Amino acid sequence: MARKKQTIIFGNKPYIIGSYSLVGKKESDGPMKKWFDECLEDDTYGEKTWEKSESKMLKTAMSEAMRRAGKNKDEIGVVLSGDLLNQLMSSSFTARDLHIPFLGMYGACSTMAESLLLGAVLVDGRYSDDIVIGASSHYCTAERQFRMPLEHGNQRPPSAQWTVTGSGAMLISSKSRDGGFRADDKGSWNRLKHIRVECGTIGKVIDAGIRDANQMGSAMAPAAVDTLLNHLEDTGRDLDYYDVVLTGDLGYIGKDIMKDLLIDAGISKNMLDERYDDCGCMIYDLQQDIHSGGSGCGCSASIFAGYIYKKMTTGELKKVLIMSTGALLSTISPFQGESIPGIAHAVSLVAE
Amino acid sequence: MEKEKAVDKKDISKAYENYAKKFTPKPKYIANSLKAFFVGGTICVVSMWLENRFISSGAEEKDASAYVVMILIIIAQLLTGLGWFDTIAKHAGAGVIVPITGFANSMVAPALEYKKEGVVLGVGGKLFSLAGPVLVCGITASILIGLIYLGLDLISVG
Repeated sequence: MARKKQTIIFGNKPYIIGSYSLVGKKESDGPMKKWFDECLEDDTYGEKTWEKSESKMLKTAMSEAMRRAGKNKDEIGVVLSGDLLNQLMSSSFTARDLHIPFLGMYGACSTMAESLLLGAVLVDGRYSDDIVIGASSHYCTAERQFRMPLEHGNQRPPSAQWTVTGSGAMLISSKSRDGGFRADDKGSWNRLKHIRVECGTIGKVIDAGIRDANQMGSAMAPAAVDTLLNHLEDTGRDLDYYDVVLTGDLGYIGKDIMKDLLIDAGISKNMLDERYDDCGCMIYDLQQDIHSGGSGCGCSASIFAGYIYKKMTTGELKKVLIMSTGALLSTISPFQGESIPGIAHAVSLVAE
Repeated sequence: MEKEKAVDKKDISKAYENYAKKFTPKPKYIANSLKAFFVGGTICVVSMWLENRFISSGAEEKDASAYVVMILIIIAQLLTGLGWFDTIAKHAGAGVIVPITGFANSMVAPALEYKKEGVVLGVGGKLFSLAGPVLVCGITASILIGLIYLGLDLISVG
């Protein structure tokens, strides 16, 4: 494990050998439907409270990720997971049911990349052979905690984002696992690729001074730019080294700001148009009345564990940089006049 | 030195805020205002018509307006319970939020939301979470205005 300033390089080759993504009703009406492993018909998931349904979503994602990796519960060294709720309610309650050693993660919406990065560190350091990581968010739990009761009538400003109901989990292992074969569109059988966590960049908290809690995208974009530029500098790569660079939940406004700032930093516009996208802009269709796009841990978690994982196993994408972005505000900090600190962690994945 | 730094930081955040504004679409103020005007106006016209009906069928003017307010509150609460109010408010905005319907909604929405945390600490504790600030500020403002009014009265009498 070599370290260059902010970037950790994983020399012992941790692999992602199992993955599962699960989303709610609104997300399954969106353009990414076919990439998710499970789409819920009903966002309550048969539970009495929204918190319980979110917890169940996370638990399902984790159990399925383990099953797909062919691992048993007692083979797992530790679960790293987080969500948006106070005291990590969904994750802790999931861990209560799973009976696996548990470390709670909080990075707001950056939790998926944060747990993936730390999970890879633990596996790479040989502290554990198999680790489950995950993250979740639920529109109804986040809304009641951070904003208004659901039935309250109000008009959302155009900069507001919609919290994704979804969860994603991955299993990181010290050994790769033969994934078998899968037929492609033309009917020929292809061996599925192994996905390796190659390196990761730990982000700094950057606060550009945005105070409006409905302006998450512009609050987080500077942090994402900082992490990306530091990652490229540490690794000595250009942006076109990657097939795709994905940010977590900047949304339409944040994505535009990110692009503009990167163009200022000398990255060509064509390259960005071709290779850069944001999960918050991908997960919904604009017609779904989501204003500035999706947000929440579940946004990047479900896209990484669904779309990215599947596209990489088939070899359609070979080198991917995934960056989850988080806005580290609390429910009281905006009322105390504090601005919104942003953070972004990057993880580089290779299909081989 | 420290102070200079603090000023710098403020300038930077101001500059970034302006920069971010360039990327943010503006709310449709005119369209929203027009919709609010027509919906709010319609509610007022219908209420007035109802009030007149009550008066013409023999109710006192004071009672008649109380009946109308009750009807508006009941309708808003019912719509909130059915989950339609937030959809209406999304389009009509201030047209349904400013009349008493908005107030009714801001009581029922938390009541529904926090039902799961129990009747006393859930509903009881959170019932006024939205309406509370409005009540406190509204009552404070009315006391202040009352005092000013009293003062003016005393001056003019004296």
